Amino acid sequence: MIAPIALPHVATSPAPDHAMPTPGSVPPARLVVLHTARLVGRDLVRNRWLLSSALGFALVTELLIRLGGDGLRIVASLVNVVLAATPLVSAVFTVVYWHVAQDFVALLLAQPLRRSAVFAGVALGLVVPLAAAFVAGVGLPLVVHRSIDRDTARAAFTLLGCGVALTATFSGLALAIAVRSADRVRALGAVLALWGLLAIAYDGVVLFITTRFSDYALERPLLALAALNPIDLARVLLLLEVDRPMLLGYTGAVLERFFGGATGSILAGSVLLLWIVVPMWIAARGFARRDL
Amino acid sequence: MASLALVATVLPAIPIDQCAAQTYAREDRTFVVSSAGPYTRIADALAAAPAHATITVRPGRYREPTVIVRRPVTISGMPGAELDGEGARELLVVAADSVTVRGLTFRNTGRSQVEDRAALRVTNALHCTIERNTFIDTFFGIYLAKVEGCRIHANRLTGPAGSQMLTGNGIHLWSSRDVTITDNVIRRHRDGIYFEFVRHGAAIGNESAGMHRYGLHFMFSDSCRYERNRFVENTSGVAVMYTNHVVMRGNDFSRNRGPAAYGLLLKEISDSELHDNRFRDNSIGLHLEGANRNQIAGNRFEGNGWGVRMMADAQDNLVEGNVFARNTFDVATNSRSSTSTFRGNWWDRYRGYDLDRNGRGDVPFAPVRLFATVATDAPATVLLLRSVLVDLLDLAERVVPMITPEGLVDAAPLMRTPQLRLVAATERP
Repeated sequence: MIAPIALPHVATSPAPDHAMPTPGSVPPARLVVLHTARLVGRDLVRNRWLLSSALGFALVTELLIRLGGDGLRIVASLVNVVLAATPLVSAVFTVVYWHVAQDFVALLLAQPLRRSAVFAGVALGLVVPLAAAFVAGVGLPLVVHRSIDRDTARAAFTLLGCGVALTATFSGLALAIAVRSADRVRALGAVLALWGLLAIAYDGVVLFITTRFSDYALERPLLALAALNPIDLARVLLLLEVDRPMLLGYTGAVLERFFGGATGSILAGSVLLLWIVVPMWIAARGFARRDL
Repeated sequence: MASLALVATVLPAIPIDQCAAQTYAREDRTFVVSSAGPYTRIADALAAAPAHATITVRPGRYREPTVIVRRPVTISGMPGAELDGEGARELLVVAADSVTVRGLTFRNTGRSQVEDRAALRVTNALHCTIERNTFIDTFFGIYLAKVEGCRIHANRLTGPAGSQMLTGNGIHLWSSRDVTITDNVIRRHRDGIYFEFVRHGAAIGNESAGMHRYGLHFMFSDSCRYERNRFVENTSGVAVMYTNHVVMRGNDFSRNRGPAAYGLLLKEISDSELHDNRFRDNSIGLHLEGANRNQIAGNRFEGNGWGVRMMADAQDNLVEGNVFARNTFDVATNSRSSTSTFRGNWWDRYRGYDLDRNGRGDVPFAPVRLFATVATDAPATVLLLRSVLVDLLDLAERVVPMITPEGLVDAAPLMRTPQLRLVAATERP
């Protein structure tokens, strides 16, 4: 029986008992993951911060639609929002929630459950509602106003896909930091620093290299640099959708040839996936070794 | 008069518009070419025809050595009358004044690396009329050299499939005066319309699309007009050079995309007017280089990579009453100072206010973003477009300008989109 004592927003008796094992036996990991994810998710959908982030996305999208402009223009304006906001929101939210849920996790671990399963459940329960909040916030206004037509559907889907990937990535990074630090404020600081590093400072370095060595053919090294940073990779993928006329210079041709082909798409997809899997794995390892 | 009545009854097949010529024509002034005779080759009819005769070409495919016109005559093809070059030669050479060529189909000149082989060539002639002809698979289509007062109207020209190396120009003018080129449709040539050393030429209502190089290409052609033409999806767009006093009005420059594709490139074009044109979805909308004292007004720049790119050597231009919407960069330059004037344009990025309600924003708008300047110098930086860092730098530059030209501001941007008089030619199938 899981008591909801640790969770401020969970109503009494949230979980029916049928999924949980009888005392003494170890339940299958899959069940534990799903059940934990459901508990965390159910708690999160009632969380006002998550709701306000969804509302925030919806508000921005609605505003862009009302300010006028066709589908592609809205998507183009949303690119900046998505690249900056989704990593920040998901990272900060994850750290805060992890610390709020400490007692709940401790209680779960008091049961005969595997740590990896519990962690996977919590991570899943975090990422899915976060991603859903983003998709609903951005997607609903677009659907309601019918701003997306056949020509812009690809760009819109790329936008949503990149947003979801970035949400998962930064949730994972935040978990990797949070499980290693008992101090919530320090973890928050570390997460913000990481965001600043990947979202801003990294591009500063790239910009410096590009302008400093502009006499050289930099396209390929730049491509590699962009692929190493999830935000940059998402940005480049989105650029190819929304700034096509701009990108028809030599740089654009290199990009187009790379990401237009099968190798490039598969590589981009795998790098984004790696950026989700690796941080999560690091976080899981940290959690497994942690002395609770 | 009796013989005139006879002509009208005996030859009912002659189109009405030739009847005027018939009022003073004798019976033997119309010469019919057909596979059944009386003449089986156009050259035979020409040899027999006196000045001001009409030669009617009946349907059929005619294969004969290059036809040379040495007298003022009218050659009128009926639908299906085709001249075939069999991939080996020019088809028709006009070397006389007042010649009209109408309704013929010219086909298959083949290609040449050594001569400018043209389906229809006019040299040293006055007052020619070339209308409603069709050119298929021709190297050069219509080639005019040292002509005056000619009229090229409603022809359809389609070049051969293949690369730039294997095509000539659609309508080619060299060293000519007072030529009007109207309502032609040109596809798949090297340059659609080409002017060199032309005075007082006019190209109106033409459509030039899918060229291997430029939709329109002119050099050293002062005092010419280009109105209501469409230049669409050409490999390099339109590039025009070394000319003064040009009027370009109501043209449509669209979807010219590529590393060196310009909606319109003005190089050393001065004292010219650029009014009411539309620049849409081009890599570079309008590029000015060494172009001085031009008026750029009432144009629409929409969805281009670069809206207007004004190099440091483009001076004293006036950019007024244009619309800039959805461009990645509205204006870019490689200079810190600007002698050109931007005034009363509408910018979709403008966020100013209008307290006195005079329709003009009270806060000046600086259309050059820092990043546009950076990307002009180091093109590879476009990879950083839409980065949070770049937006921050743009913002910082707005507050304390250090790289973008201080003088390049629109002091009175429009608050509402102006009604533009865009009169681009209608779309053709």
